[in-house]
Amino acid sequence: MSRPRPSIRDAVVVLTLALLVLLPLFGSDFFIDFVMTRTMMLGLAASTLVFLAAYGGMVSLAQWLLFGMAGFAVGNVVAESGRGLRLGWNPWLGVVIALVVVTLASLLLGALSSRTTGIYFLMLTLTYAVIGFFFFGQVTTFSGFGGMTGIDPPGLFSSAPKRLYYAGVVLSALAYVAFRAIGRTPFGLALQGVRDDPIRMASLGFNVPVHRILAFTLAGFVAGVAGILNIWWNGQIDPTSISIGPTLDLLIIAVIGGIGYLEGAWLGAFVFVSANIYLRDIPLIDRIGGVIEERVLAGERFNTVIGILLLVIMLASPEGLTGLLLRIRDAVGGGRGPQRSSTTAALDATRS
Amino acid sequence: MSAPAVTEGELRFRRPLVVPGRLARAVLGAVLGLAGLWVLFLARGTSAGPAVTEPGEFLVTVLDGVTFAGLLFVIASGFTLVFGLMRTVNMAHGGFFLLAAYLAIEIQKDMVGKSRNIEADEVSIAAWILPLLVASGIVALLGVAAQQLLLRWNQGEDLRQAIITVALAVILADQMLAEFGGLAQRAVWPGAVVHFFEVLGQRYATSRLFMLSIALVVGGLLWLWLNRTRMGMVIRAGVDDQEMVRVLGINVTLVFGVTFFVGSFLAGMGGVMGASFSGVAPGTDGQWLLNSLIVVIIGGLGSLKGAVAGSLLYGMVIAFSPAYLPSGYTFYSIIFTFAVLALVLAVRPTGLYGRPE
Repeated sequence: MSRPRPSIRDAVVVLTLALLVLLPLFGSDFFIDFVMTRTMMLGLAASTLVFLAAYGGMVSLAQWLLFGMAGFAVGNVVAESGRGLRLGWNPWLGVVIALVVVTLASLLLGALSSRTTGIYFLMLTLTYAVIGFFFFGQVTTFSGFGGMTGIDPPGLFSSAPKRLYYAGVVLSALAYVAFRAIGRTPFGLALQGVRDDPIRMASLGFNVPVHRILAFTLAGFVAGVAGILNIWWNGQIDPTSISIGPTLDLLIIAVIGGIGYLEGAWLGAFVFVSANIYLRDIPLIDRIGGVIEERVLAGERFNTVIGILLLVIMLASPEGLTGLLLRIRDAVGGGRGPQRSSTTAALDATRS
Repeated sequence: MSAPAVTEGELRFRRPLVVPGRLARAVLGAVLGLAGLWVLFLARGTSAGPAVTEPGEFLVTVLDGVTFAGLLFVIASGFTLVFGLMRTVNMAHGGFFLLAAYLAIEIQKDMVGKSRNIEADEVSIAAWILPLLVASGIVALLGVAAQQLLLRWNQGEDLRQAIITVALAVILADQMLAEFGGLAQRAVWPGAVVHFFEVLGQRYATSRLFMLSIALVVGGLLWLWLNRTRMGMVIRAGVDDQEMVRVLGINVTLVFGVTFFVGSFLAGMGGVMGASFSGVAPGTDGQWLLNSLIVVIIGGLGSLKGAVAGSLLYGMVIAFSPAYLPSGYTFYSIIFTFAVLALVLAVRPTGLYGRPE
């Protein structure tokens, strides 16, 4: 198997990365802190969902739970007062403990769901997510519905938003490269085999559940990393932030970007975050009156807009924005003929 | 080693890693046995007390479990019916639940002629049944419209359909928040069913039994429909082999539409019952989507028997865990839901009555 040659896709990724690195030179502080840092964190979390879907055929809704679980773990270890365990330990120790907790939790959840596939997997992981929400809401030992506040990041990141942004960029780049590299290892290839035809892989001697469990655990670990960035950025967390709405938002981000493409995770996150912040600033939007203005475009009706966007994407182009861009590239560049994309594979894997 | 080869070690691990079946069964037996012992003799310091000394509390807990299971069944049966035939996971099921609840509350207000503080005495049977039927009917029509417009032409693409219904659920939830506001609301049971009766020294609400009886009627009708009518026969055949049914010249599109109508109608009925039982607010939709998911994952997707079994098991867990956990630890009851789910999946990955994929 030869390494694929650098493609236009790689060039675009590298250019984007360079742009992201240089961004703080000309972007406003607000833009960096509230749009781009969040884009990086949400993109990193969404990339784990995309990784599982595109390479493993597992559309997991538990990623946001693991993301939040890392935050709760850091909060319990680091915070000195308020709710939870109030251990008041070193923030870096908090990182280690949070990652261990999240990795073990994803190992357990992955093992429980390793024999489930397709749409069953989606529902099962959604159930995990909502049970997790009630767990942190009801079990006051670890949080309670009020949530936790005053969780300080380590000194390196305290009151230095640009450092946190760069941490997001570096970790996102690492995760992106790692996920793509894993796709080319024997493990990654076997995982894709498991996605396409588990029965054949099993009869070839591959241990199908173990491949699924390992992929799920790896994705859980990365989601935990994203969750730690989030808690440093936010300084607080409450169970509402891991309820069913935000859980579905992560799926929405992945789908908007294109659930078959790793890049799509960050693209989707960018669209989602900017829509959230800039929607009401779009020029001429205040000229639209009546029901549409009141029920769709009003500032607090953000969810309706996202829902409509999701609906349109799913109806028109299930490959999301990345798929749309690639299709444009193929149309402009003469095209290479139809390829079986990883979205089709991810969607196919759930077909009965 | 670059080329994957079958080693002896891998062969020995051919069984799924999770928990081998026999071990899981032993664990299940032990857990059930211990739980039984605990409830019968040991449960001192819990809000209910040991069943041998406090039989009244025990009976009330069982009744709570069974009646709540009735409500669970009405909602989950609609979800499982749609999935069983069309393999469509309707993530907007909770949204339909909530919409019907809000609509029924509005209709009930109109019928009673008061917009707030409605007392049960002021509500006739008609002022409960009529809102239930109208609201569920509207929601069912909405469901059919959504199915015909958004889902009919991409039949078979499970994930795509699930995400389309997610979009629907998000839009519905947001629009309901805009229309009905963020406060909790409730429908009122008709006065005729709001009484209390004595059982082993405990007072018990008749309205819960009323809820259970509605569930029994719904279950009975569903059973008759699926097992004793031509359409039910077609639906059961469609669950087994959709292609074959189509080839036999049966209008599957019509059958799908009717099934979606009934499924959404059941979500709506559940919504009105739930609104009378415990009230509704933004977020209740997600909660009841979760409840339906748990019931069907435990019972097995697409099986009516599974919906009954799942509702009963989950209803019992919901009723027993707060009553029989030591006071001060009752907030751990959510863990029991997860434990039941985990145990069932370890023994039967497709649920109690689910078929292997």
